[in-house]
Amino acid sequence: MQKSTNRKRVSSSRIQKGAQQWKEVIPYLLPGLFLFALFVLFPFFFNLYISFSEYNIMPGAEKPFVGFANYVKAFTDRKVGLSFRNTVLYSLVTVPGQMVLGILVAVFLNSIGRGKILFRTLYYIPVITSWIVVSLIFRYLFESGKAGLINYFALRLLGIKPISWLQNTWTANFVIWSLGIWKGIGWVMVVFLAGLQSVPKILYEAAEIDGAGFWDRFFKITLPLLQPVLFFLFVNLLIGSFNVFIQVLVITDGGPLGTTEVLLSYMYKNAFSFFEFGYASAQSVLMGIAIVAITFTTRRFFRAEVYEL
Amino acid sequence: MSFRNNSVKLILYLALFVGVVVFLTPFLYMVAVALTRATRIMPYPPILFPRNPYFGNFAVVWSRNNFGRYFLNSVFLACSSTIVSFLVATTSAYSFARFQFPGKEMIFRFFLISMMVPGLLNIVPQFVMIKFFRLVNTYTGLLLLYSSTGVAFQTFFLRGFFEIIPREMEESIRLDGGSRFTIYRYIMLPLSTPALATLAIFTFSASWDEFFLALTFIKSEWKRTLPIAIRLFQQQYGTEWGLVFAASLIAIIPIITIFVVFQKRFIRGELTTGAVKF
Repeated sequence: MQKSTNRKRVSSSRIQKGAQQWKEVIPYLLPGLFLFALFVLFPFFFNLYISFSEYNIMPGAEKPFVGFANYVKAFTDRKVGLSFRNTVLYSLVTVPGQMVLGILVAVFLNSIGRGKILFRTLYYIPVITSWIVVSLIFRYLFESGKAGLINYFALRLLGIKPISWLQNTWTANFVIWSLGIWKGIGWVMVVFLAGLQSVPKILYEAAEIDGAGFWDRFFKITLPLLQPVLFFLFVNLLIGSFNVFIQVLVITDGGPLGTTEVLLSYMYKNAFSFFEFGYASAQSVLMGIAIVAITFTTRRFFRAEVYEL
Repeated sequence: MSFRNNSVKLILYLALFVGVVVFLTPFLYMVAVALTRATRIMPYPPILFPRNPYFGNFAVVWSRNNFGRYFLNSVFLACSSTIVSFLVATTSAYSFARFQFPGKEMIFRFFLISMMVPGLLNIVPQFVMIKFFRLVNTYTGLLLLYSSTGVAFQTFFLRGFFEIIPREMEESIRLDGGSRFTIYRYIMLPLSTPALATLAIFTFSASWDEFFLALTFIKSEWKRTLPIAIRLFQQQYGTEWGLVFAASLIAIIPIITIFVVFQKRFIRGELTTGAVKF
């Protein structure tokens, strides 16, 4: 008896304390939390709701509940399969591509003295240039016919006949991938360069005395020590790669025949070209679930690896 | 030994130089095309170094195609969203860095998870909501979306900086009876200027370059921002690449300038987030 009233008193005082704390923090917390809850968190759930209906944007129009129909449609739609394939391929190609090249540039830069900052700035320029502009540039670089710049150099230097880059699925995908890699190298370089500053110089000196060469030092000292940085880069690039959309819209608009479509571009088309909001929402929900699952799995996997070391 | 070292360095310089040339050729080409008088067919061979630079393309897009107007729109939108985000993000980060309250870490975890998922997945519900609030085709609607979708990252970014400010600095204020707001205003903000500057640059360039929300929510021509204006212009005048790239240069030169001017601070700030948190 005595005990339970005590416990009650304790818990009610804890509630009081919590309320007091909230009262203090609310003026600072509220603006951000309110905006986040209203336009980021709530839409997640609203997405779910829309995905179970045949949503009509007109005010007062009916929004019949259709159950899982939109989801069934998504799983049987050949174009969803294609977009899924292209999105996964984009991740598989551009994430390692950016990492390998960016790390290479960083290691080279770290070994030179003068001109480091200039080179670093130049390599970073694509990162800060707007996606829409770089996509337009790449579209123009890979213009078909002999006057396109890439075709011109391919013919003059390698003797390759002009290619219609954007008219074939795989060459078009190649253009999209090259843009993705080109734009991200600078970011990888900058992050890895910062990581390199944390490796004690004495390790390299000791290795050099033992006769280890450039690549020995890189593979046996740098990479193992910078595993957390690699993990950080990998997760961020992976998450970033799921955002692929604008480059597809500008370079191919999904063509030829929708074979370069990615998940986001197909979802957006369903929503704002065909006005199938329910279907687009179902796709969004599926993609969201897939991304969170993939990210958590890789994080867990990598974290285990890092700790084992 | 030193001879070998020197030759290695020479190779590295050479590799880096060749890399930079290949890497920046796309930009060079864009500038070259923008400085060439428009022709119906693409010049052959492609021009990388125009002999008589022609600046007419810039004049044409700036005045006749309203890019002056779009430029001002972008300036307005980017500035106001930077200001709004500054207020929202600093207060939000302050509450996570210096307050204890039930549910704090849970809310923060929601912020982190939301950062994993492409923001664009929410565009359908956001559209329905903005339409419900009658904010389609207004900058208010865009500002609301820009600041709310940015909150999570900005809070995450600033919290780390606020937390490393030594608590002892607040003691004197507390002894003098200063309020939480005094601490926020006179300790937190001034002591994290580098981080705030970095964040301001981030926010500014993010809204300057933002494409899909603007494309979806802005309907009238005179409200367009640069990215969508460029896109629609390119769809309309697909073959006149000189004009398209002149417009593109108008859009990217401010951001590149800001970056080069602030680059030391910018890069360092960006890194700390990565190194400290993940």
